[in-house]
Amino acid sequence: MHPAPSVILFTTLSGLGFGLLFFLGLGLPDVSGWVAFVFFAIAYALAVGGLLASTFHLGHPERALKAFTQWKTSWLSREGWCAVLALMVMGIYAIGVIFLGQRWAGPGLLGSLLSLATVFTTSMIYTQLKTIPRWNMKLTPAMFLSFSLAGGALLAGQTALAIPLLLIAALIQILYWRQGDRAFANAGTTLATATGLGDRGTVRAFEPPHTGTNYLLREFVHVVGRKHAEKLRVISFGLAFVLPVLLLVQPFNHLFAALAVLSHLVGVAASRWLFFAQAEHVVGLYYGKR
Amino acid sequence: MTQLPNSTERKMGLVIDLDTCVGCHACVISCKGWNTENYGAPLSDQDAYGANPSGTFLNRVHAYEVQPPEGAAQLIHFPKSCLHCEDAPCVTVCPTGASYKRVEDGIVLVNESDCIGCGLCAWACPYGARELDAAAGVMKKCTQCVDRIYNDNLPEEDRVPACVRTCPAGARHFGDLGDPDSAVSQLVDERGGMDLMPEMGTKPVNKYLPPRPKDTVEEQIDILAPLLAPVAEEPKGFLGWLDKALEKL
Repeated sequence: MHPAPSVILFTTLSGLGFGLLFFLGLGLPDVSGWVAFVFFAIAYALAVGGLLASTFHLGHPERALKAFTQWKTSWLSREGWCAVLALMVMGIYAIGVIFLGQRWAGPGLLGSLLSLATVFTTSMIYTQLKTIPRWNMKLTPAMFLSFSLAGGALLAGQTALAIPLLLIAALIQILYWRQGDRAFANAGTTLATATGLGDRGTVRAFEPPHTGTNYLLREFVHVVGRKHAEKLRVISFGLAFVLPVLLLVQPFNHLFAALAVLSHLVGVAASRWLFFAQAEHVVGLYYGKR
Repeated sequence: MTQLPNSTERKMGLVIDLDTCVGCHACVISCKGWNTENYGAPLSDQDAYGANPSGTFLNRVHAYEVQPPEGAAQLIHFPKSCLHCEDAPCVTVCPTGASYKRVEDGIVLVNESDCIGCGLCAWACPYGARELDAAAGVMKKCTQCVDRIYNDNLPEEDRVPACVRTCPAGARHFGDLGDPDSAVSQLVDERGGMDLMPEMGTKPVNKYLPPRPKDTVEEQIDILAPLLAPVAEEPKGFLGWLDKALEKL
């Protein structure tokens, strides 16, 4: 799949933002006044910034509001609803915490759950696609949720929670890569089933429909991004999990905490790049490509 | 709404005969010609006369080589367009309701004024049947020439999709695949029409007729040949000497 920067930015930033909102809604850290304002401002900037970035790749962003209509069938529509509801409920909760010195547990808990639901619905947009076997796995939502929780705990300064959550996310990441590498073969879709000609012999793509490229090849067959996949995996894993954990186990220091967040953010973005670049759409088979 | 209908009154679709398709791409051209001038946004081209041309097409013709375990390989031309699936994954993923499947004839269409161009339907389609038009920013797909097939202003013989009307080999057939007595349904029964990627569970309406087996060549096709004197003779003279001399070397 084409790793569109807008979508990588969106899933990385909003995942982190909603992860932070989850912990803020639970009163972790238990802050008020200006300190709370800064925490909420960071969370909203990440979550809303991510959502806005996701509209950049639309053909008609001015019609984006129509995306709220099909929540009965569409995960993309459900994601829109969850995001707006989460931001609204957390907004009410934030007013209490920042200006009134009140921590309303009800809206806080509801906002936390809606924040997680937003991350889950985002992951389901990808998970539902049978056409992309690497995404069509139960580990996809597990990965999005674990990344969001680990990043959220890190940003919320919850060191005691962040270390185990980072380790869980790291484990899920490894499992996701392992299972993902076998997903296409396990799905059983080949040029033989794509053309229905498999029972007559070995099918080979002889001639593409045209000499140039097209939308399908640009969008779905992205070979360049996969070239350095192994190296990128090591870099992403080191930055997203190993380095933050090493920094967190040191005696607390604001510089180390900031470095841990930054390292995690870059690592998750690299992982997201691979999530898209390595995803192989079955339509590539028709072109003799993956 | 992007909920799929439980059933459609008719299942209008194409039957594509891989045995007779000659790979001339006339269907590609007539499709682009009709659909760029009629219903919806035109099918744009980018850099059409430049070094890297690309454009939106609703129908493309691939070519595959099939090598059987024994005997000669076979070349198969393979037109591919929207299969108007009964369980169309492109419809249910649409967040705006722009994509829908019609109850009356099962045709899958895009309401372009509702399309936000998110591309998710193209991601969900295993067949590459949907393309986001780079100029219009909306999703384009085969409509089965919905503006031809019910068009009373056209002569009756033209009320079929442009690709079917134009095919010089008669490799494309159009009709109601939900009616077991229709000509297309009978053709599918007779020739063992098949689905593409059945494991995807999309239940395509369009069917493909597999190529017929090639004629096999008998050992001896010319009964007079054995009676003829062999043409190749032992070389004589200089050539005969050369042959022997080289043989000894």
